[in-house]
Amino acid sequence: MIQALFQEKLHVLNVGLSSFADSITRAGGSVLQIEWAPPAQGQQEVGRALARLVNLLSVETANQTAFDAYQSAQPVLNGVGTASQVLPNIAERMILHSGPPIAWKDMCGPMKGAIVGAILYEGWAENLARAEAMASSGDIVFEPCHHHNAVGPMAGIISPSMPVWMVTNTTNGNQAFSNFNEGLGKALRFGANGPDVITRLKWMGQVLAPALRASVELLGGIDLKPMMAQALHMGDEVHNRNAAASSLFLKRLISALLKTRTSAADIAGVVEFIAGNDHFFLNLSMAACKAMTDAAHGVLGSSIVTAMARNGVEFGIRVSGTGSRWFTAPAPVVDGLFFPGYSAADAAPDLGDSAITETAGVGGFAMAASPAIVKFVGGTPQDAIDNTMAMTHITVGRNNAFTLPALNFAGSPAGIDIRKVVDTSIQPIINTGIAHREAGIGQIGAGITRAPLACFTQAVSALAHSIGSSQ
Amino acid sequence: MARATKIIRNFYRDSVSLMQLSSTITKLPGVEQASAIMASPNNVTLLVEAGLLTEPVEAGANDLLIALQGNAEALESALTAAESALKQPSPSSTGNEQSRGMSPRSIEMGLGNLVGANLVLISTPGEYAAAEAFKALGLGLNVMLFSDNVELKDEIALKRFAQERDLIVMGPDCGTAIINGIPLAFANMVRRGVIGVVAASGTGLQQVTCLVDRWGSGISQAIGTGGHDLHRDVGGLSMLQGLKALAADPSTSVIVLISKPPSPEVASKVLEAASGAGKPVVVNFLGADPDRVRRENIYPAATLEDAAAAAVALANGRIPEARRASVTSPSITPLAPQQRYIRGLYSGGTFCYEASLLLKKELGQINSNTPVEPEDRLSDVWTSRKHTVIDLGDDLFTRGRPHPMIDHRLRNERLIKEASDPEVAVILLDVVLGYGSHPDPAAEMVPVIQKARDLASKAGRHLAIVGFVCGTAADPQNLSKQETAFREVGVALAESNAQAVRMAASVVQKPDVVGGRL
Repeated sequence: MIQALFQEKLHVLNVGLSSFADSITRAGGSVLQIEWAPPAQGQQEVGRALARLVNLLSVETANQTAFDAYQSAQPVLNGVGTASQVLPNIAERMILHSGPPIAWKDMCGPMKGAIVGAILYEGWAENLARAEAMASSGDIVFEPCHHHNAVGPMAGIISPSMPVWMVTNTTNGNQAFSNFNEGLGKALRFGANGPDVITRLKWMGQVLAPALRASVELLGGIDLKPMMAQALHMGDEVHNRNAAASSLFLKRLISALLKTRTSAADIAGVVEFIAGNDHFFLNLSMAACKAMTDAAHGVLGSSIVTAMARNGVEFGIRVSGTGSRWFTAPAPVVDGLFFPGYSAADAAPDLGDSAITETAGVGGFAMAASPAIVKFVGGTPQDAIDNTMAMTHITVGRNNAFTLPALNFAGSPAGIDIRKVVDTSIQPIINTGIAHREAGIGQIGAGITRAPLACFTQAVSALAHSIGSSQ
Repeated sequence: MARATKIIRNFYRDSVSLMQLSSTITKLPGVEQASAIMASPNNVTLLVEAGLLTEPVEAGANDLLIALQGNAEALESALTAAESALKQPSPSSTGNEQSRGMSPRSIEMGLGNLVGANLVLISTPGEYAAAEAFKALGLGLNVMLFSDNVELKDEIALKRFAQERDLIVMGPDCGTAIINGIPLAFANMVRRGVIGVVAASGTGLQQVTCLVDRWGSGISQAIGTGGHDLHRDVGGLSMLQGLKALAADPSTSVIVLISKPPSPEVASKVLEAASGAGKPVVVNFLGADPDRVRRENIYPAATLEDAAAAAVALANGRIPEARRASVTSPSITPLAPQQRYIRGLYSGGTFCYEASLLLKKELGQINSNTPVEPEDRLSDVWTSRKHTVIDLGDDLFTRGRPHPMIDHRLRNERLIKEASDPEVAVILLDVVLGYGSHPDPAAEMVPVIQKARDLASKAGRHLAIVGFVCGTAADPQNLSKQETAFREVGVALAESNAQAVRMAASVVQKPDVVGGRL
């Protein structure tokens, strides 16, 4: 190949002194200056570990396998169940939460508030004070949704009797679950736990869930991927904007709903509830994304991220080739717009499992499809395109199913590669809502945040170690 | 009806964008027919058949061809319009994803932006350099590692990794190379030709390539290996790789190898490979015994100058003759009796070392910060003693300050100091041109040389200043312009370091020579 070099035109990538690039240009050569900075935030050992992983055949092959599994996944909504009956390994007194594992005492305000609400909802305690005492007593087990193939936005609370969406990847059979979306304002997922919140949750369990279960059964399941793809062509990115997807879903549902034995009054209630919540589809989008990324999980040697999730204190990622291990860093604060009367000082750090959408190549990664989203950070449609384009540099491929009109129908960048994140220091972008840091107040804004680099540098070390020790 | 064509080289656009462009141009006033295509042979044939081209053009599938037919006066503005439309970013084109995108942040990312990238030039801080080099090699790219302070174990690992992939690592601590005619880092703009060089010494490489250029021949490739390559533990991996590549290169007919003397086992490995290269190989192992170097096909050279001369002779189909060490004594006014010593102030490490070697034979002990014999090491590098040659590019002097090829202040200060020493007869200087070096060394040095001479003459002494300029006519500083400036201030200029050294020696050996202006 040195031989080939002499026969070709010299094209130089210049890493370091830019004067060398200038000289090459002046001498008539072809050169591109790399905007270099020490990778891995200057941690030399990680940088060296990374260097040996770049273009390593075993990693490339593993990533291809993982990416193919992700790409070929067909998430289908094929049921509505009750958490205690359908979630794997769920226990009687267990409450699931978003993000990586966290102890009660360390949880953020909204998560604590939501857990108290869930205890009240389950009827395990009769008032707030007792519910809080119970939560801190150690009688209740708290585990991440992700440990039960589930995802939940914001606090992500799933308690045993809550209804859940059941999504199956029909390509290889893995299942994913999510709770139901309660709408904006005072909601359990933001830590609200007043009587109105509990009443609504009860209605969702007693009226909404049976109606939806019957409708989904009548429909014989709903393919979620084409619906998400269509929504991307209608201005959604199916994370922080689900207006089109929610409408598409209701349109799909309604004739079946009318054929169920649901009373006319309840049908009116169900339709009103779904139509009144532009985020209704979010939890379905998340379950679909979870089904797709789980399909890519567990491929030995793969550097593809299969989960990004936040618990309001820590941001955590999981990687296909490093098993169930979480790589965590402090959760960042979100740059965004706040509802009147609120500011960044009121905001809880980044929260929720909804970054599973970015992990699956939608959300912030598909921002080009959703120019309306960048208004949250005062951006332009061009910024939305630029954000999506930036993500192409840290992903393994493009999802052919999720095409982006603004990019000439190119697929959305997908399959976050920890190597590329660490090598370029380009952080995955996430569109997200912002919760008040105190329980019960609810959503106070929305905006854009980025996954912390420290998660990825740890993951690179771990992957390099696992490959090194398996060889 | 007139025709016009325009070829934009290496400018790829997808066929849909080009059809849109063609239709836009066709609508312009005065245009009858227009087509913008990638100039693949098939496409070009189509245009000939369509009458847009009278004959095939010299272009390829990566070149964009615009062909027009219409009123002569309309065509030029139509071509301009087409070109500006192509260069305008449009959100739908694939190419535009890059032009609007962010600058590359990693080698891998850069590969996406520079089609055909084949070499990575790395000059990051040493502690990160090995990692970048591993990435480059892993991605199938050759490496020039300018960075120093790379650990020896990393150098060995990198070079083995490269060898497995049939790639080359030039360096670490490789200051100069010329690949496909393009000077890299500190290198000169030399004529292209049939002489290939592999050098473990940066200034050694510059001296040989510049002399080859000066004597009318040219360089095919000049490969640097870094100074540690012929270390016993590295085993000359890069030199062997370079040698192999030049042996196989049809554009190279003579090979030159330059290094300090390697350990015997590395030397024999390199010489064995050189002997079997199938081409004449000139070897300059600085200071080595020629008889130990000589093999079938190998021409030992005692100095860098000899190596260049032998290579030029071989390139011209002649057998190199044993060169007589020609000495051009500078004409000189009488020295004061106490003026006995040479002071060499070098910016090039190999020049300094070569000077030590040559002077030692003539004059005995030569003190230096980089001595040939350990016992000749200066105890205080800031103060010369008797015959002294100093490498001002040594780490001792460059800590926290630019290299003396870029920043002349340190050498200028030392020059004044030496000129004030009544025992000094000759000051010996190198001037290195080329990319990376100071844009006008003469402008920096000439006033100080003048001052040094004035200082000496006020004290009743005549000071000889001898030097040489390592550079070419095509260098940004221009060789003849620089040489003229130095001559005008009375510097006795030689063509090479070896000649300059001999000239300097002749001054102190014949202190009673009477002559002209010097």
